[in-house]
Amino acid sequence: MDEVVEILPDLLEQTGIMLQIVGLGMLFGGAGGLVVGTALYVTRRGGILAQPVVWWLLNTLVNVFRPIPFIIFIAALQPLARVVVGKGIGTDAAIFAIALAATFGIARIVEQNLVALDPGVIEAARAMGAGPWRIIRTVVLPEALGPLILGFTFAVIAVVDMSAVAGLVGGEGLGNWAITYGYRQYNPVVTWSALAVIVVIVQLIQVLGNTLARKVLRR
Amino acid sequence: MPHISLVDVTKTFPARRRGERPVTAVDGVTLDVERGQVYGIIGYSGAGKSTLVRLVNGLEPVTSGSVLVDGVDITTLRPRELRRVRQGIGMVFQRFNLLRSRTVARNVAYPLEVARVPRAQRQAKVAELLEFVGLTEHADAYPEQLSGGQQQRVGIARALAADPSILLADEATSALDPETTEEVLSLLGRVNSELGVTIVVITHEMEVVTRIAHRVAVMEAGRVVEEGPTYDVFTAPRTETAKRFVRTVVRALPEGEELAALRARHEGRLLTISFTDEAASQARVFGALARAGVDFHLVHGGVDDIQGRVYGLLTIAVDGDDAAIRDALAQVGPGVTVTEATAEPAEPAGPAEGGERDG
Repeated sequence: MDEVVEILPDLLEQTGIMLQIVGLGMLFGGAGGLVVGTALYVTRRGGILAQPVVWWLLNTLVNVFRPIPFIIFIAALQPLARVVVGKGIGTDAAIFAIALAATFGIARIVEQNLVALDPGVIEAARAMGAGPWRIIRTVVLPEALGPLILGFTFAVIAVVDMSAVAGLVGGEGLGNWAITYGYRQYNPVVTWSALAVIVVIVQLIQVLGNTLARKVLRR
Repeated sequence: MPHISLVDVTKTFPARRRGERPVTAVDGVTLDVERGQVYGIIGYSGAGKSTLVRLVNGLEPVTSGSVLVDGVDITTLRPRELRRVRQGIGMVFQRFNLLRSRTVARNVAYPLEVARVPRAQRQAKVAELLEFVGLTEHADAYPEQLSGGQQQRVGIARALAADPSILLADEATSALDPETTEEVLSLLGRVNSELGVTIVVITHEMEVVTRIAHRVAVMEAGRVVEEGPTYDVFTAPRTETAKRFVRTVVRALPEGEELAALRARHEGRLLTISFTDEAASQARVFGALARAGVDFHLVHGGVDDIQGRVYGLLTIAVDGDDAAIRDALAQVGPGVTVTEATAEPAEPAGPAEGGERDG
């Protein structure tokens, strides 16, 4: 028990850093994924802004980057991180890599949920004279909101997972802390307390996502 | 000037995969819909009727030909102009296509938002429309909380929100039970008679056509094979397709096995008498036969109401002197046609009656 009290300040600090990484990663990755995923949906053949070339480019981009294991992706992205966030190492570089990886992953989740939409409602909106941008804003996204919330919940948890690798490029957070001070220094209390906090956070996120989705779906 | 005019319109969909052939869904169709008319387009699934109706509001672009709405060829319009035209053409769908994320009232408000109508006016218009379709108390309900008939009434209210002069109904009653179908048809009838909206009704159900359409086109394999006032097409169908549709509503001439069964049961001659509404002709036929001392009884047939006019096809078994029968029938005059029911079928019996869902 004393050991836990001893590490508590570090635990809280690292939890805060992890939340920051996950929060910013999701903010940028979520926005990016929503844009790319929606773009994939509307530009596909038969879509409301059908653009075969644009669709092919986006689809190829997602297909190339999404399967790369994150631990390799974060390392390979260092030069680009240097250009975008100014440094190839540290928490900011990790957030950048996470945001980019999340963009590709979330894009697919968004696309899958949008493809499942009833084409009839899109047709109805077109028949009423709505233009493509209005349809995206008032039909496509609101009609898919419930599944999108569940998809994003799934994505947040994947990003929590990614954040554990931040240490590779010198980023901080619970994952790095557990590896450096728990695993490498044979201190299971550190490892297990990090794990416990992550489990609790993931549970909270899942409950929040489920509740929101249920509210939107009215069931 | 017709309200809607299709001139030699063809729609071909490109082959889905290599090796498949392109599909010509609509093949050289020319037809006019007059202002204030209810125009029925009937056909089996795959006949091209749903594609045809989507050419009218440009949801599908034509491959060739022109589509004139109020004299404007919509096939030449740019997307923005086409969207403007669509605001003046309401559409209702077989599966309602309501937005699940919106309440009934906000579904009905959608076209008004598209037309950038200010909020206060929008609310007034929505209230008025919900009143018209009898759903005022469900304004704040979500679509899934309503029955199919109620959802279609929301669909109709939504289609009318932007005060369209044309309403396209694509199998609007096909997902509904008979009672609800009746309810929705009478609502469409009111839309036509009270609001003066021109309606194009796509259906595979002959009852729908006979109930509300003034004029009807019968489609088969992308072509209009028969066209005319509903009563005329119904009482004197020329094509086999049209005859099959008519048979789904009225028991027409007995043929084949049915005729053989009738023959086995009844002695004497079998005569089929077709009645139109001219001057109570049914009473005259039966009166004439009775006065001539001819025994007869009704063995087959039915009487229907089409657009408020009577049409019947009755087969009677008569037993009596041939000359007396001939004299009696000679007296009955117009509106009645008598044909001998012969063992030879007039044309080969068609496949299963009734249509499939979807167009």
